[in-house]
Amino acid sequence: MSQAALRQPPATEATNDAIVEVRGVSKIYGDVEALRNIELSFARGKLTTLLGPSGCGKTTLLKIIAGLVPATSGEIRVNDRVVTGPGPERAFVFQDFALMPWATVMRNVGFGLELRGVREAERKRVAQHYIDQVGLSGFENKYPHELSGGMKQRVGIARAFAVDADVLLMDEPFSAVDEQNRRKFQEDLLKLVEIEKKTFLFVTHSIEEAVYVSDRIVLLSPRPGRVSQIIDPKIDRTATPDEIRRDPGYLDTVENIWDGLRHYAE
Amino acid sequence: MATFAQTGNRVRPAQAGWSLAQAFRARPGLWSLLSFALLCGVWEIAGLWPISYAFPTFSETLLAFWEMVFDGSMLQAYFITLQPLVLGVLVSALLGVALGIVMGLSEKAEWLLAPVFIVLQAAPMAALVPLVTFIYGIGLTAKTLAVIMLALPVIVLNSYKAVRHVSPSLVAMCRSFQGTRMQRIFKIVIPDASPVIFAGLRLGVAAGFIGVMLAELLITPTGVGDLITYHRSIANYAHMYAAVASIIALSMLTLVGLQRFETRFLRPEKRGA
Amino acid sequence: MRIGNFRIPMMASLLVWLVVWEIVGRLDLIFLIPPVTEIAQAGLRLVQTGSWQNASLITLRSFAVGMALAIAVGVPLGICMGLFKTVDRLMGMWVNMFVSAPLSALVPVLMILFGLGETTVVVTVFLFAVWIIVLDARAGVMQVPRSLFEMGRSYGASGWTLFSKIVLFAALPEILAGIRLGLIRGVKGVVIGQILVSVIGYGELFELFSRNFEMASFWALTIILFAAAMLLSALIEHFEHRIDYYAGARA
Repeated sequence: MSQAALRQPPATEATNDAIVEVRGVSKIYGDVEALRNIELSFARGKLTTLLGPSGCGKTTLLKIIAGLVPATSGEIRVNDRVVTGPGPERAFVFQDFALMPWATVMRNVGFGLELRGVREAERKRVAQHYIDQVGLSGFENKYPHELSGGMKQRVGIARAFAVDADVLLMDEPFSAVDEQNRRKFQEDLLKLVEIEKKTFLFVTHSIEEAVYVSDRIVLLSPRPGRVSQIIDPKIDRTATPDEIRRDPGYLDTVENIWDGLRHYAE
Repeated sequence: MATFAQTGNRVRPAQAGWSLAQAFRARPGLWSLLSFALLCGVWEIAGLWPISYAFPTFSETLLAFWEMVFDGSMLQAYFITLQPLVLGVLVSALLGVALGIVMGLSEKAEWLLAPVFIVLQAAPMAALVPLVTFIYGIGLTAKTLAVIMLALPVIVLNSYKAVRHVSPSLVAMCRSFQGTRMQRIFKIVIPDASPVIFAGLRLGVAAGFIGVMLAELLITPTGVGDLITYHRSIANYAHMYAAVASIIALSMLTLVGLQRFETRFLRPEKRGA
Repeated sequence: MRIGNFRIPMMASLLVWLVVWEIVGRLDLIFLIPPVTEIAQAGLRLVQTGSWQNASLITLRSFAVGMALAIAVGVPLGICMGLFKTVDRLMGMWVNMFVSAPLSALVPVLMILFGLGETTVVVTVFLFAVWIIVLDARAGVMQVPRSLFEMGRSYGASGWTLFSKIVLFAALPEILAGIRLGLIRGVKGVVIGQILVSVIGYGELFELFSRNFEMASFWALTIILFAAAMLLSALIEHFEHRIDYYAGARA
């Protein structure tokens, strides 16, 4: 269990640096109980991953935090204010990219600002900055159908950065990206986390991805979705990507999580 | 609903190093030309045979067509026919798209109106065309109404379905960036629905052509309908065929033009594909 | 729409429109719109008359013959277009053109070729219905997955076996969808044909009622026709759902 410290829940006492707090959230769809009494807090400036098998409600929880889906009971607080809907301090990155096929990369990236009524010159300046940041310089006037899956998601990420939110909510952002690009993406994401100093909430079903990118992993168990474990993989981020992927601590953590999830797999 | 199937050019493994075959593969337009020539040839032979005294050859029909173009009767007929057609299609387009969008956005409007248009689209509206003559006589209004009756339902239903099938994830995206309801409608729903709405407009134009011909043959012989009826009555069959063929060709050209426009301006993802 | 927790079925709004119609009819605003109750009575009287029964029989016969022809010609032609590139290239342009052409303009030509009678109506039905059947059958064959062809061939099927045991069944959902759309168009065809010919079947009755300003009978006939068209398309849809189980499995 070398470098990975495993703790049992609940770890819910609100600490001072918690930016997002989930208090007693439950969600019931018809007669399906998707989430039961979730208590969580997410630390400011960290990347926290919600990990679990399909049907554990991880995407539902993220959408409740985003204010896109109402909770059946309980509340979400962001920066100590109760969430009633989407807000400017949160930005969402979609699993299927959600790019407007009729708009160029430039307009897609600036769309959050466009909705806020930001003037075009300013919008373009900010959008250009983040287009460069995610490595899409030169593609400003391309349309989404001209981009690969990985490039499309870079547009989605740039759009979320452009509105300068405190919290970025990412719903399985790399699941529609092929394996080679996925690794590159994970590395780039870590660089962006470093530069942007924002809080990231990340949903994935890939154990390796979770351990590789996260400061903290929240393991959810399915039917109904509950918090089953909280894991802090203590990965040395100064190491190169290849070193990290071969690090025994990294591999042990992956193994431990798989042991916890094994009985959910058919 | 009609599907406009494209004649795709799937590449088949080459059968022989035959130069003509290569020419056809390089220029798909040659196939259209050959196909056109084939039909004209069959028509010509059928006319020469003749299968009926009332079946002119292709060349006679073509000659009659030019004759009518040069004596101005063709132009005059189209001037009359196109008025109710353009007017009716415009009214149907404006009204139909607006109604369809409202039905797609509001559950109450959907409940109240959707069944009516579903019935109207499946039903043979042509049966009602004679009715409009009772109220509006035999003028432009009656003909325009006939066009609207046939074109409106398909435009409404397509716009309605388009709005109902807008990508939910784009709508969620707009909400997540705090777009207002108006922003959601004008920046996401309408642009995302526009290709299907436009496809509905194309079907509406096709239906409008049927409507205007029905009106001109049924209500009152005017315009192209008059050309057809008149030349039939004096047994000038070549002229009659030319008039019929010309209106079919015109509707075809219009539809192809609209399709080109759609690919060019509404579907960047299909451009140059 | 729902009131409280109760969901009102959508088609129920048609009842609201019937009530509106009744009120408008009662107000006697336009002679064109008699009250629904009066139309219903006229309808009851109408279906007992020999002329209606006769007209219905003729209409049904023209429709059935025209549709049978359209299916008999359309399905094989569509399959050929799907299988053979050359047929597709030669015919594709014309099929695509006629599927959306104003065929009502063609009826006068049919009238001089086939006379003012049932034959013209049959041909009209055929021309209205056949193109969409061809297009859908073609699309059905074209989208048969390559892997199914290869599977058949790898197990030794060839030529006729491959076609009759695999292609035909794989394309069946599209073929049936085409026939359903064809039937709806065929109904429009039979009405347009009869109205333009105007001496047989429903066309004759329509002509009679409108010339004598028998509005209630006119509407009764229209509503019978509309109801028949809706019923027909609902029936085929029901039938289509029954074969959906394997069409869905393909997706």
